[in-house]
Amino acid sequence: MPDAPPKRKITLTVNGREYTAEAEDRYSLADFLRHALGLTGTHLGCEHGVCGACTVLVDGEAVRGCLMLAVQAEGCQVTTVEGLANADGSLSPLQQAFMDHHGLQCGFCTPGILTTLTAYLRDRPNADEAELREALSGNICRCTGYDTIVRAALAAAGAMREGGQP
Amino acid sequence: MEGADGAPQGRQAGYAGGVKPAPFTYHRPETLAEAAEMAASLENARLLSGGQSLMPMMNLRYVAVDHLIDLNPVAELAGITIDGGRVSIGAMTRQRAVLEDETLARCCPVMREALGFVGHVQTRNRGTVGGSLAHLDPAAELPGLAALLDAGITLRSRDGDRTVAMADFPRGYMTPDIREGEVLTSLAFNAWPDGHGWDFREFARRHGDFAMAGAASLILLDRDGRIARAAVVLIGIDDGPVRLSDVERMLTGETPSDDLFRAAAALAADRPMAADALVTETYRRHLAGVLARRSLAVACARAANGGGHA
Ligand code: FES
Ligand code: FES
Repeated sequence: MPDAPPKRKITLTVNGREYTAEAEDRYSLADFLRHALGLTGTHLGCEHGVCGACTVLVDGEAVRGCLMLAVQAEGCQVTTVEGLANADGSLSPLQQAFMDHHGLQCGFCTPGILTTLTAYLRDRPNADEAELREALSGNICRCTGYDTIVRAALAAAGAMREGGQP
Repeated sequence: MEGADGAPQGRQAGYAGGVKPAPFTYHRPETLAEAAEMAASLENARLLSGGQSLMPMMNLRYVAVDHLIDLNPVAELAGITIDGGRVSIGAMTRQRAVLEDETLARCCPVMREALGFVGHVQTRNRGTVGGSLAHLDPAAELPGLAALLDAGITLRSRDGDRTVAMADFPRGYMTPDIREGEVLTSLAFNAWPDGHGWDFREFARRHGDFAMAGAASLILLDRDGRIARAAVVLIGIDDGPVRLSDVERMLTGETPSDDLFRAAAALAADRPMAADALVTETYRRHLAGVLARRSLAVACARAANGGGHA
């Protein structure tokens, strides 16, 4: 057996808190979050960029956590599903809308969908249904049939327009 | 549970179970010169741009490299410059930046229309122009645009710059004309005159999937409403984008009409088409003809409308 590949120290901020941990160069950001930092809210479905379950925000933008290396996130601000709730622990308007409209069943796809929509609705609070469906086209859900997800997203957009954060 | 080294698996234990790519050493050049030097000197190295195609291939271990040279920190490779009618797009420009650039959308509206078909919001946030060109998927939109716009692709090596016409860039299935030690730096083309018509469309089973076939066209009309200049491309039908010079010749000098579009579409479809497990040659030929006809009709209508949305 060859020696285990060397690791390097990676420092980044996740949900406002700074973390430093070691990882091999080949670790994906998603694996690093889950296994090195213990933040298991980010899910991995396909691990090749198709399902969107691993979506996290890096410096505010939605990216596939399975297609970015942990070393590439050195010094970045990362937001995961664990960082979406309000400071007092209550649900964000987007999360609340998912609860109210049955936007999830098993919840496996939900972290990726919530992070994707958090960034999207921040940039386009007036998004209509067609735009939201396009924005969600990179996230696969095997339970809901998507309709309740779209309904939740539209409700969240409405709540946000009335003042409030995603 | 214990890992191979006897350490408990899980949090902070160096858990290796999630790791997919074969081991490699990561490199982070900060300048293009440094990147070119690394590309020339490191054995079995790959350049990493947005990673939206290379990372999946590495996760699946279709690709195993000893060295990965990350172009993301190389700031000089990103950005769009438009000078007069000359457009230059740096290789590391994100697909999202191309989609959202207002100046580009005004002088070259087909870009925005096409970029809307490239993957999804999350992949466009990372995916780059240069990465898509270098990956050269037969159904990819950016190589199709490069062919449509007669773009030149510039590559930097230790020895200097080399520019390849897009027409000569594909060397075979997913094989671009990029030599050992070269770094793709930019895509450049002349924008078409104001008032030209454009269209980009494709057929996929789900939005954002690779297209089964796609068509793009640019049309310039003369003062009498006849076609003065035409460019037509099909994607997803062969190893690389296919520029339809025979169709362009047929269209030039003609007045747009449904009959003309039908004849052009028949000629467009009259060529070998790739077949795969999901799409037979016959079906792909049918799609190509329909897409070409609709694309030409919309591009001509937009040109007749002075380049505005028809
Ligand atoms: S796990 Fe990343 S897209 Fe599926
Ligand atoms: S809620 Fe189960 S996969 Fe979406």
